[in-house]
Amino acid sequence: MLLIVCPYCGKRPELEFTYGGQAHLARPAKPVELDDQTWTDFLYMRTNTKGPYAERWRHARGCGRFFNAVRDTTTDHFLGTYKTGEPQPEFAAATTRTIPEHPK
Amino acid sequence: MTRQSFSALALFRRGLAGHLDWQKQWRKPTPKASYDAIIVGGGGHGLGAAYYLAKEHGLTNIAVLEKGWIGGGNTGRNTTIIRSNYLFNESAALYDHSVKLWENLSQALNYNVMFSPRGVMMLAHTVHDIQVFKRHVHANRCNGVDNEWLEPEQAKEFCPLLNIEDNIRYPVLGAALQRRGGTARHDAVAWGYARAADVLGVDIIENCEVTGIKRDAGGAIEAVETTRGLIRSKKVGVSAAGNTSVVLALAGVRLPLESYPLQALVSEPIKPIFPCVVMSNTIHAYISQSDKGELVIGAGTDAYTSYTQRGALHVNTHTLDAVCELFPNFRRMRMMRNWGGIVDVTPDRSPIIAKTPVPGLYVNCGWGTGGFKATPGSAHVFAWTIARDEPHPINAPFTIERFRDGYLIDEAAAAAVAH
Repeated sequence: MLLIVCPYCGKRPELEFTYGGQAHLARPAKPVELDDQTWTDFLYMRTNTKGPYAERWRHARGCGRFFNAVRDTTTDHFLGTYKTGEPQPEFAAATTRTIPEHPK
Repeated sequence: MTRQSFSALALFRRGLAGHLDWQKQWRKPTPKASYDAIIVGGGGHGLGAAYYLAKEHGLTNIAVLEKGWIGGGNTGRNTTIIRSNYLFNESAALYDHSVKLWENLSQALNYNVMFSPRGVMMLAHTVHDIQVFKRHVHANRCNGVDNEWLEPEQAKEFCPLLNIEDNIRYPVLGAALQRRGGTARHDAVAWGYARAADVLGVDIIENCEVTGIKRDAGGAIEAVETTRGLIRSKKVGVSAAGNTSVVLALAGVRLPLESYPLQALVSEPIKPIFPCVVMSNTIHAYISQSDKGELVIGAGTDAYTSYTQRGALHVNTHTLDAVCELFPNFRRMRMMRNWGGIVDVTPDRSPIIAKTPVPGLYVNCGWGTGGFKATPGSAHVFAWTIARDEPHPINAPFTIERFRDGYLIDEAAAAAVAH
């Protein structure tokens, strides 16, 4: 299970969250003026990135708020989380090791 | 090229000789400079496509490029359930095409894929389930696909361990049974297709990851760059499951896919006790017993996209809760192993088997959580699409453009599988 840092509540277990998919997809202001392909791109096309990926989460069983996160999809390591509406910050590259050392 | 034929007699004779003179089942060729066609992805779908290209379309100068080892991805990670009781005409045609190929696959490949049509029973737990499954039964009958409605007592008769008491959280209210459905040996499917394709001259190249796709001045496919050098080909078919978005991005093609971890687990092996496949989409339990004796249990997808081939434990325990309630006999059983695979999910939960906007580039993806059952049928129509540069009538509706044109094949709810 992932530990996710809600920007409002702090570190909480994944069970408290729901996933919201790719972040920073702005709904076009006037869909009626778009051609079919542009509308399709907004509705269905996702980058499905292998690597650091900006995505939405919702702290559904906590504060209830949406926020954004950057997670490396090759390790599931969170690079960081930030509030909705803020631009995507530059996070330091993920460490490849996500499983802590076994206590000696 | 000749290969030893597999038979009971061959097994007996080589057994007398101590099993020392079996041939390698396929060669380990070094990649040639160019091929008539290249398949990216050495799972069941890719190997099968190579086999049908060689067998039915006479394209034998072809290669399958696999970044790991063949059958090491989702082909070796699924729960081997085979069925074709899908709601819509397009899906029923595709999946039933596959079931028909399953029925004779062992003979066609001279490889025992252990197809076992032991029956797939899907449990209904709510009034909505009952309505949806009955609708499925009728729609399937119209499409010539067998599916029948069972009352709880009949379901228990078919699977005696099933708990149909009404004192559980989600009592069994009935079931839909497809008797032609069942299971097969997943590894054998990859190995069987690999061996049969190899006999026909197909080069199966493992440890060869595609790192780039080269296009000519007109935009058409010219070559692929790999970890084992540049390989030229005018036709490239991509069958890369969870990594399809990554491969297609090399050619600048975007797809409506998201890759999620899907987990499964097996118990310790026990004597034969479970005669069929039971699926419960409402409470997320997918269970059968392998010939080795392990209970094979499928869980749901994790919540988030990932390429890690692992997932969270709570997803598995959620499924085990459901299994223990439906089959109280299993409550003290120990689970032996669990693992994850990365599945590529489309918005309408139907696959894409189609040409792409790039000439010479074809894609077979989007199988989501249920690609194994479709392996032979998908491979068969994908080979057709690559060889003729046009879709087979069965896969003609499964385009990328359906998302733009509004012709979704919306099995998201219709497949009755909770995604």
